Amino acid sequence: MSEVHVDAAGHAEPTFSTKAIWRTFWILLIITVVELVLAIVYYESHFLPKHFLNGLFVIGTLAKAFFIVAEFMHLGHEIRNLILTIAIPALLFVWFIIAFLWDGNSYKNLRNNYDRYHLEQSQKKVEQKEPEAKKPGAME
Amino acid sequence: MSQAIPAGQKWWSGGKSPFNVEYGKLMMWYFLMSDAFTFGAFLISYGTIRFSSNGWPDPNHVFRSFPIVGEMHIPLAFVSLMTFILIMSSVTMVLAVGNGHAGNKRGVAIYLGWTILGGIAFLSCQAWEWTHLYHEGAWWGRNPFLNMDGSQSSTNFTNFFFTITGFHGFHVFSGVIINIIMLIMTLQGTFERRGHYLMIEKAGLYWHFVDLVWVFVFTCFYLL
Repeated sequence: MSEVHVDAAGHAEPTFSTKAIWRTFWILLIITVVELVLAIVYYESHFLPKHFLNGLFVIGTLAKAFFIVAEFMHLGHEIRNLILTIAIPALLFVWFIIAFLWDGNSYKNLRNNYDRYHLEQSQKKVEQKEPEAKKPGAME
Repeated sequence: MSQAIPAGQKWWSGGKSPFNVEYGKLMMWYFLMSDAFTFGAFLISYGTIRFSSNGWPDPNHVFRSFPIVGEMHIPLAFVSLMTFILIMSSVTMVLAVGNGHAGNKRGVAIYLGWTILGGIAFLSCQAWEWTHLYHEGAWWGRNPFLNMDGSQSSTNFTNFFFTITGFHGFHVFSGVIINIIMLIMTLQGTFERRGHYLMIEKAGLYWHFVDLVWVFVFTCFYLL
């Protein structure tokens, strides 16, 4: 918890701790590196079900978001009313994400059920062509 | 971890800032919240379309190139560099804010300078990535990549990718402009005369928000 100096006009002046900043930096970096290693190892070996891995990625992302907002943006050190006025509206995202992903999934199932042609087309493999020669101006 | 407030202090009886922050900073928070919903709507529509599709391209396959060395076949190496740059610039931004609290004009200017450099580096990386994908045949309305299962993919993937990373890149760009203005004002001594560096804090909030959005863009496009 940081020390707070409140002046006559009611402006708080929190003191910054460089140590806490660097700690947050390391946490963010480590989470990102772990996520990358998991993604790369999965790409090479498919060692885990992708759904499980996605769960880990989402948790990692939310953790990173928490540390950025709480430490870098300093929200964790503001007074509680301010934290709530930001955090409660953000809860709308819970509904937002669940409702819309559910809807997308439902649309896919309905379409696959009632539009067999669409399903067949989307399962058709594209024949692998010979890799084309590099076009002029192509970047490495 | 809220701040220690003197007991019995009446915050809502007028004459004080009930949230104990300056007006502009509070409004910056509310702006960022609305901006979060804009980005949220973009990313969630991306998710909805992805959930409604039978197939989707493999990000590890699409994003595996690195400048100069070319096809390293290390997926995501370049985008992790971009992520590192952005996190690093967020750190230098906090350090600038911290120096502002201490009233250290020189420190503010130095760390703002590093933050601006980080932002420009990130934008350059993104410009390279876009150019590279463009030359691979990807653009709005064009998608050369197949789905993971080898079936034909739609242009949804590239449309969302360029729109959302473009919108984020535009935020980074405005952040760099804002930071440059802050740097000029710092060097001219505007904040010194004003007696506080609260403006740097507001610019800092915006900059961290850009970093925050990138965390989500990174997960949605490159990891999932």
